[in-house]
Amino acid sequence: MAKNEQDEALSRGEGYEEEHVHSVYEQIASHFSSTRYKPWPIIERFLKSLPAGSIGLDIGCGNGKYLAVNPDIFIVGSDRSHNLVKIASQHQPHAVAVADILDLPHQVHFFDFAISIAVVHHLSTPERRIEAVRSILQTLKPGGQALVYVWALEQESSRRGWSEKDDQDVMVPWVMKGSKKAKNDSNSETPSTDKTFHRYYHLYRKGEIEHDVEAAGGKVVEAGYEKDNWWAIAMRGET
Amino acid sequence: MKLLTLNFLTCAIKTCKSNPASFPLHPKDAELEQIEIDMNPIFIRNILPRLDWVALKTLSSELGLASLPEDVPTEEELMGEDGEATQTLKDLHVLLMETGIASGRLCCGACGHEYAVKEGIANFLLPSHLV
Ligand SMILES: [Zn+2]
Repeated sequence: MAKNEQDEALSRGEGYEEEHVHSVYEQIASHFSSTRYKPWPIIERFLKSLPAGSIGLDIGCGNGKYLAVNPDIFIVGSDRSHNLVKIASQHQPHAVAVADILDLPHQVHFFDFAISIAVVHHLSTPERRIEAVRSILQTLKPGGQALVYVWALEQESSRRGWSEKDDQDVMVPWVMKGSKKAKNDSNSETPSTDKTFHRYYHLYRKGEIEHDVEAAGGKVVEAGYEKDNWWAIAMRGET
Repeated sequence: MKLLTLNFLTCAIKTCKSNPASFPLHPKDAELEQIEIDMNPIFIRNILPRLDWVALKTLSSELGLASLPEDVPTEEELMGEDGEATQTLKDLHVLLMETGIASGRLCCGACGHEYAVKEGIANFLLPSHLV
């Protein structure tokens, strides 16, 4: 590890995430949202299999695209980005709030289910990722299940092309396309020329999400790989 | 933020979770709004058993809204024999789904911390000294 990479690793934690995750999503919210509309099959299957009247959480709901999947259940979505939560608030019959995954404003051992899609990989230390999984699991009633979905390191076929030999802690660019028109519209977040933002990700290795679930005191019910992501369905442990 | 949501929210501070006084949160200076949404009788019927009825009654009275029946309405009280929604169900739809807090604060009964609600969205991010 080079000296500056070491410094970078040492600086990781809450403040680091504020700079390299939260503030970026806040700025790219509506652009990001317009590219996020198609639900992944595993997530759709999980949500559609829930009995009508189930009450659950979407932790790190982003623009709320998973709130639209099953209208017979009630989901309280939450996200750190106020701008994304505003977009997510349009999905009836559900509800949303601004909250941090490590300080959730919900009853413990209560909910029928939880999902946390593409969120845990944004926490920048192993301890904080395990803490995030523990926080998700803690909301579940006995027998309740959580679906956790994270980006995989192993994605040779994707345009990013990462493989297991690569560094797991990466900065991923987000290019916001500029528009000449934006110059005349001061309310728009669209820049007049292309602007690149970088978000921090921890890319998960095979078996790592299962490890985090167990380290958080949970039990893996089912796990797998889907299109550049690792996922696990988990329950609380016997405690 | 529709009032149904308040039944699934509590204080974000970890040490408050085990304190029963942290639930439900208490609205302060709440500005209410009505947002019309289609009524789904089956949805209301299905979620009702998951509600903390006492908490809902507390909320409703703190907001100065019409008082709720003492006990959770039974299935017969929600739908007539013909499957038609009763007035009780319609009232619940208005209260839970259409009535919301547009702005104000939500106060924890255990620690006293207040969470702001603006433009219908509650913010539970904690100041760094409380994390
Ligand atoms: Zn509190």
